[in-house]
Amino acid sequence: MSSVGIVMLVHTALHRAEQVARHWLAAGCPVVLHVDRNVSEADFQAFRDRFRDQPRVKFSDRHRCEWGTWGIVAASQSASALMLERFAEVNHVYLASGSCLPLRPVQELQDYLAARPQTDFIESATTTDVPWIIGGLGAERFTLRFPFSWKRHRRLFDGYVRLQRRLGVRRRVPDGLTPHLGSQWWCLTRKTLTSILSDPRRPEYDTYFRRVWIPDECYYQTLTRLHSGKVESRSLTLSKFDYQGKPHIFYDDHLQLLRRSDCFVARKIWPQADRLYQAFLSDSLSAMKAAEPNPGKIDRLFSKAVERRTAGRPGLYMQSRMPNWWCQNTLTCAPYSVFQGFAELFEDFEPWLAKASSMQVHGHLFAKSHAEFAGGATLLNGGLSNSAVWRDHNPWGFLANLIWNTRGARQGFQFGPEDAQKITEFLVRDANAHIAVISGAWAVPLFLARGDFEEARQKAAQLQRIEAAFLKALRAHDVKARVRIWTMADFVEAPMESLQSILDDVGGAAPGHLTETPKMVKLEGFGQFLQDLKNQGMHPYLMGDFPVGHTPPPQIPAERKPYLVR
Amino acid sequence: MRLRRKRRILRGMRKSRELTPVQDNTARIKPADILLVCTFRNEQIRLPYFLKYYRDLGVQHFLFIDNGSEDGAAEYLSGMADVSLWHTTASYKRATYGVDWMNHLLRKYAHGHWALVVDPDEFFVYPFCDTRPVRALTDWLDSSQIRSFASMLLDVYPKGRLDQAVYRSGQDPLEIAPWFDSGNYSMSLNKEYGNLWIQGGARARVFFSKNPKKAPALNKIPLVKWDRRFAFVSSTHMLLPRGLNLVYETGGGEKASGVLLHAKFLDTFAAKAEEEMDRKQHHAASAEYKAYREALRDHPDMWCKWSERYINWRQLEILGLMSKGNWA
Repeated sequence: MSSVGIVMLVHTALHRAEQVARHWLAAGCPVVLHVDRNVSEADFQAFRDRFRDQPRVKFSDRHRCEWGTWGIVAASQSASALMLERFAEVNHVYLASGSCLPLRPVQELQDYLAARPQTDFIESATTTDVPWIIGGLGAERFTLRFPFSWKRHRRLFDGYVRLQRRLGVRRRVPDGLTPHLGSQWWCLTRKTLTSILSDPRRPEYDTYFRRVWIPDECYYQTLTRLHSGKVESRSLTLSKFDYQGKPHIFYDDHLQLLRRSDCFVARKIWPQADRLYQAFLSDSLSAMKAAEPNPGKIDRLFSKAVERRTAGRPGLYMQSRMPNWWCQNTLTCAPYSVFQGFAELFEDFEPWLAKASSMQVHGHLFAKSHAEFAGGATLLNGGLSNSAVWRDHNPWGFLANLIWNTRGARQGFQFGPEDAQKITEFLVRDANAHIAVISGAWAVPLFLARGDFEEARQKAAQLQRIEAAFLKALRAHDVKARVRIWTMADFVEAPMESLQSILDDVGGAAPGHLTETPKMVKLEGFGQFLQDLKNQGMHPYLMGDFPVGHTPPPQIPAERKPYLVR
Repeated sequence: MRLRRKRRILRGMRKSRELTPVQDNTARIKPADILLVCTFRNEQIRLPYFLKYYRDLGVQHFLFIDNGSEDGAAEYLSGMADVSLWHTTASYKRATYGVDWMNHLLRKYAHGHWALVVDPDEFFVYPFCDTRPVRALTDWLDSSQIRSFASMLLDVYPKGRLDQAVYRSGQDPLEIAPWFDSGNYSMSLNKEYGNLWIQGGARARVFFSKNPKKAPALNKIPLVKWDRRFAFVSSTHMLLPRGLNLVYETGGGEKASGVLLHAKFLDTFAAKAEEEMDRKQHHAASAEYKAYREALRDHPDMWCKWSERYINWRQLEILGLMSKGNWA
């Protein structure tokens, strides 16, 4: 004889329900079964016959149980009433489903409840205080009418909700009730349950809840607050829901996790999870101590699953994740640095940067000929090829892949107006892009080459146009990248501070101050070169002001710093 | 699109006359069975392991189309109660590379079933495939109201020359070809059909390094809760109606997806490439096979420093090639 009675709502996998029911019976708990009316009469009779030998199993009136409708409440009402009437020794009624599985020996549950004879275990919270309402209907589920099935007639459902909102129709909640919500799986005391079922105002309440949305999650939750002396607002059944509001399912590989959860009952179990049924329904098992339920690990597992489904891994583009641009801040998975003009102004910028920071420093990844991977490699992590045709086939994908493949190691690369420019749109919109530009530095190689002047003039005009377009994009109001722009003239005046700020941003290996600086190219005659361009009608303006005869100030570190330390 | 879909279905019906049943066990298909549809030609050597792999996953009935095999595949399959076999010697190309035949069989036998459509060198890997049968996946998809499941093609290859990776019948091809490329896939959206177009991998790196446009598509949707109104359009790359192609999330999250391990690159490959070149039954005048044949003359090693060795599905999920989505 046990003081715990089990009410089971069954609709599919009847053989599993039978197995579990027998498990409860073996421990002395009486069981009342409610079989969904959708189960065929023949199946029902066969199921019933299998319990012919069990006087402590009763079958209640059958109702049609469709998700989100009144039928489920009606089913639990009939079954609970039957339980209270037929089994006088029952003090706690435990509501379970056919896919629930007891995880701890039934004796432990009986002891636990016997030690708390006055406590009702039912999750019950007011609508304003819970975040887990799916579908946007919070308080409205109590003030609108829901005559249409959400599953079968979604359009009618949605349309009718809209109509009521527009007309401002509101239902009155019966006096004295404060709507509460919570898990539909409860365990109530005889006293509370009797008060609910025999309340003189029950017809009024039932009429009201019949048209509330998902009444099984609020009927008992609300009425318990009216009748119970001691509510423990949690469910003894471990049941987790995903972002669509559908229960997570347990499989064989969850065995250890379930064992360690110390929960009394879990749902929903996959009907074919043979190992779970075998492990938890064998009586020998009593490994758990008399602990409080602790579903923390399972909570984490499932909340991670929901997070993966709703947010995913930033910067990953794959067959089942292809986020739109506008719905994300970062287009890549980790911060990276883009340098424009540095490799032109300093002779050994790349090796210097690689040494001064912990960054992997590439050359011009978007050079016309091929992607200049660090160390001249032809393939990079993940088998990424340096082929220009493949890169230009999908430049955004190329960069996103590169950053994803090398996650864990910060990446930096050179960029410039001579490179393929299709990537700029991506760079500008990516909050992970840290872009540093020395504008006008593209003129330095032209100046140093001292080639055919007419050619240089045309080239300069072209590069200036391209860089100007990039700078304009970098200065737009909706830029997400972190951008720093110096004119070449400004940069040359005080290169040390600027380089230091870049290193600080990268968070390089060497803390503190710069001990070694890269070697700046010799700029004598650069002013004259620019003036010559001007004289030919091509006005270079991006580099700032370099007067004719301008010689770089003698304190420019680039000219002496290489000899400083070492 | 509706017209195109109808056209595909009609073509399937017309082309169905080319199929002769050799072994018809379709009466044994039970209402909720998981079916597998596969077209092959001279692949007998692969069938023993193929059947074992998919039986272990829980496939309940195999529907094979034998496109003129001469290697005794029919004899091998004869008598297997869970196998139905059709034979045809008609043109693969003119049956839209086998799609018309497949559509016909699916329409006739797979209505209301979960159907897996794969080639004999493709091995379906999905989240938790080492602990949960395919039925667990399809039950979950059903309860989530998802009708189609994406699994991109992941080329696996041996280390060293292909002709030295000798495949014995019944062997797990991954024993000799366990390597794959993990991070060189390029995706773009096919606006017309709404599917993603994925290219890359080892095949693109080795055989199509100069010609991205010609590189084969890797996006596949091999697992579908079939309805007689559905139709594959081009291999299993895309389907109609287009809603079935939306297997990816655009709002930032990840949908659940799997991978088809593609064990094409074994010692059997060179002979296959020659044969397919001569038959000219493949896409774009067999341009794909032309590229293979040319490259194969130099006995390329597909392996590179960055090749990953296949361990299990969790590894693929960590690398970002597939996802558990919200299945836990």
